[in-house]
Amino acid sequence: MSLSSCGSSSICSLSSGILVANDPSSKLSKRRFTPSISQPGWKQRRDSSDNNRGVSKVFGYYGLKSPPYKLDALEPYMSQRTLEVHWGLHHRGYVEALNKQLEKNDSLYGCTMDELIKVLYNNGNPFPEFNDAAQVWNHDFFWESMQPGGGDMPTLGLLQQIEKDFGSFTNFKEKFTEAALTLFGSGWVWLVLKREAKCLAIIKTSNSINPLVWNDIPITSLDMWEHAYYLDYRNDKAKYVNTFMNHLVSWNAAAVRMVRAQAFVNLGEPKIPVA
Amino acid sequence: MVANAVTGIAASLKCALFPCQGFQGSTRRLQWRKNERQCARKAGHGVITAKFDLKPPPYQLDALEPHMSHETFEYHWGKHHRAYVDNLNKQIAGTELDGMTLEDIVFVTYNKGDLLPPFNNAAQVWNHDFFWESMKPGGGGKPSGELLDLINRDFGSFEEFVEEFKRAATTQFGSGWAWLVYKANRLDVGNAVNPRPSDEDKKLLVVKSPNAVNPLVWDYFPLLTVDVWEHAYYIDYQNRRPDYLSIFMEKLVSWEAVSSRLKSAKAEATEREIEEQRKRKEEEEYGTANSEAVEMYLENDDSEAD
Repeated sequence: MSLSSCGSSSICSLSSGILVANDPSSKLSKRRFTPSISQPGWKQRRDSSDNNRGVSKVFGYYGLKSPPYKLDALEPYMSQRTLEVHWGLHHRGYVEALNKQLEKNDSLYGCTMDELIKVLYNNGNPFPEFNDAAQVWNHDFFWESMQPGGGDMPTLGLLQQIEKDFGSFTNFKEKFTEAALTLFGSGWVWLVLKREAKCLAIIKTSNSINPLVWNDIPITSLDMWEHAYYLDYRNDKAKYVNTFMNHLVSWNAAAVRMVRAQAFVNLGEPKIPVA
Repeated sequence: MVANAVTGIAASLKCALFPCQGFQGSTRRLQWRKNERQCARKAGHGVITAKFDLKPPPYQLDALEPHMSHETFEYHWGKHHRAYVDNLNKQIAGTELDGMTLEDIVFVTYNKGDLLPPFNNAAQVWNHDFFWESMKPGGGGKPSGELLDLINRDFGSFEEFVEEFKRAATTQFGSGWAWLVYKANRLDVGNAVNPRPSDEDKKLLVVKSPNAVNPLVWDYFPLLTVDVWEHAYYIDYQNRRPDYLSIFMEKLVSWEAVSSRLKSAKAEATEREIEEQRKRKEEEEYGTANSEAVEMYLENDDSEAD
């Protein structure tokens, strides 16, 4: 998996790409933005696997990034139909809604997605654009938190940190599942690295909130909005969560995010030699 | 909702035959309900444990096809609603909430916004009962009579009301509900008294609420609701919430139920006003009687000078 498709963090500006309008009079075309990282999303837009029926007429500021796998790659745990609707309609809808809102207010142009979310969150008094922006980010992060042949266990440093902060991987799994099942309404469950406390934690958030707003670093996530599992599992949340843990979660992605996070959070004890 | 299991079944049968009447008496009569509960206890049945029942909708599960499918009902009523009922019963068993009516539990556990654990289940049970009864086979169309008059007065026209209702339901982000409510103006909270209550203060409103919250906790009288949790429409409409809402308004709404709720709401609002006026008069009179006692402490009263 290439670095560019890893979860966003503050180093890597993964604003999903900028559509330059062809209209020469448009403001956008005056800026020369070329995505500095190759955007797999753009190429795949023309793939047949990409359900491209809703081609946007909005001049994009953000683009709809494809998941780093084909839409049927997560079968039978997450069906192609779910990906088609969840990514192709919901996620796409958030992107288009966000772009529409940003059209009206260009003071937000030039922000990375991470910055945009923090600005729009406005310390707990979010602006109307927050929901769409956060949901775009959340879904990008979520697709990248899964992989075909996922599940199993993390290894090496990430596993050690999990064992340190949760006692054991089994305990972590239990706590994560419990958080997912006790979340009421729509929301997300996250494994985060807390910057201040310098440890891993499980948090659940409502609607579109994500840990970036508290300056924590997300390591992996699970979408608990009903649209994420209703087509495949109906009301059986437990089955969905267990399937995610056992067959979908990408510990590779989580490990890469952990590595990057350690550039910001010092987890180790300094080894000061005794003279 | 009735506390006793046996009467619960009787009530649900009654509701099946008369879909509108199930909720006529259920809006806010705390006093009345407490008495009812006490009488039930005195009837000598031994220990009564409240057990809420899963009330069936007042129509067959496939009666709203093709607008709301049989499969949706199987899950939405048969699994989601049932789970709320079962979990609520488990949560309140043996606690002080056991034996209270559903509405009382909703009030108490709302706890001014600092939700206690049973709130979500209790409110969702109430909300879903109310929702099934807000629909009927062959529903939709336009309301009539007083309800239509009020809608025209408070929204401009029926079409504008529908727009506002759909807009509220569409913009409720995440899970929640959209409501048409009757607001009987009550500034009487704490030490604020409405000096000039008038009939014009009473009006219809469209409100939306997140997750399990419902307008009872804001002291409104709910008249109509639509469930915008995704589980309500995902099987039939996937993400097309606006289509779901249009079909709901055009083909499912039971205006009879709404009208009858409006009638009860107005009656209760009037009752409440009369009750409050009576109380206020009482306090004034009681107050006058007391003021003679207060006079004992005035300067010119020698007997209490020490």
